[in-house]
Amino acid sequence: MKNKKDITVAVTGLNAIDSPGPGVAVIRGLKESDFYNVKIVGLAYEILEPGIYMDELVDKVYQIPIPSSGFDAMLERLTYIQAKEKIDVIIPNFDAELMTFIKLKPHLNKIGIHLLIPTKEQFEERLKGNLNEFGKKHDIKVPQSESVYSINELEDALEEFDYPVVIKGKFYDAYVAHSINDAKDYFFKISAKWGAPIIIQEFIKGHEFNVTALGDGKGVMMGAVPMRKTFLTDKGKAWAGISIDDPKLLKMTNDFITKSKWGGGLEIELMKEDKSGDLFLLEINPRFPAWVYLAVGCGQNHPEMLVKLAMNEEVKPLKKYDVGKMFIRYSYDMICDLDKYEQISIHGEV
Amino acid sequence: MFMKLKKNIAISESGFVFNPEIGTSFTTNSLGVAILKQLKTKTSTEEITSSIIKSYDVDSITCEKDLEDFIRILEQFNLIED
Repeated sequence: MKNKKDITVAVTGLNAIDSPGPGVAVIRGLKESDFYNVKIVGLAYEILEPGIYMDELVDKVYQIPIPSSGFDAMLERLTYIQAKEKIDVIIPNFDAELMTFIKLKPHLNKIGIHLLIPTKEQFEERLKGNLNEFGKKHDIKVPQSESVYSINELEDALEEFDYPVVIKGKFYDAYVAHSINDAKDYFFKISAKWGAPIIIQEFIKGHEFNVTALGDGKGVMMGAVPMRKTFLTDKGKAWAGISIDDPKLLKMTNDFITKSKWGGGLEIELMKEDKSGDLFLLEINPRFPAWVYLAVGCGQNHPEMLVKLAMNEEVKPLKKYDVGKMFIRYSYDMICDLDKYEQISIHGEV
Repeated sequence: MFMKLKKNIAISESGFVFNPEIGTSFTTNSLGVAILKQLKTKTSTEEITSSIIKSYDVDSITCEKDLEDFIRILEQFNLIED
């Protein structure tokens, strides 16, 4: 298409590993935009994130400080990058970094960077530890959940649950525990990685469904595509999936976005209970999922739409999408020259 | 007994069956395709049995029994309307 607008978009989540970050999928959507000619600035935390080495997708890469380095370190780094790259939009793709970007948003706006992300209140409301209250507020069924901060609290709380139970980290990781010993093992494993709290959740036997969606921040669902995972990794991540046509999933997503006035990408994870057919909300992830490219393949380019919304371009909500489109992931060995690894290691940019 | 396939169930001539509501898929043979096509509209098992007997070399008792088994599988796979 002629006369595409030039735009520079920075993207995190370049870790296209076995439990992948969404960055590479988001970039693929942006590169297929009919509206924009997109220059991609990759923002990486680790020097072996595969996206760093994908020259056909990522134009320039900068290493950024991990979220625990604090607000000032991130602002300083992004200000440096902005002086060189003139970034128009940043799309954060990690749960763990989102609070930093929420705090940074007014500062980034001042230096010309736009973001479409949830507010602090929206982000906190859907935290896994707040799921019971969230379910009551939005009239959505949720599995019984409890947050615990110590092994003693875990033992006490488990008396209220039947086995199996799900033991979850506040941002990532979830394991099904069949005994108190399993639960304790998972508590230590997850807390060592992600810290407290750990969430104990009722196990719902059924099939998992996920929705990737986009809210405009004013109460309008701009697009949504539901998917059923058809192949799982041992970490429970989707390795294949298929788009489906379930009005109930779309209505639940629309109700949530409308009521909460959600801004940005999100993923809703639901379990349809085998015995009752009831839908239970498991999680709301405050960013696009790693499988967001399925939405692009189904006719809804959510990453492109997000950038347009962030840039105050006119965007019409999309309702239609192709049903029965599948995605299947694959592993691929890139051969990379050492100089790129050297540059990112020594200079923090490449 | 009357029954009907759930709406939107996609059936291809090759015998590939797709339920778009939950994303499940199945395969069946040409006779299965013929039965599923009949079930696109509300149909009785008696009507289906008589149409099979007309086209295939099978006695009515065997046909009824096999059809019953097939329908049980369809129900198990959540393809029949409640």
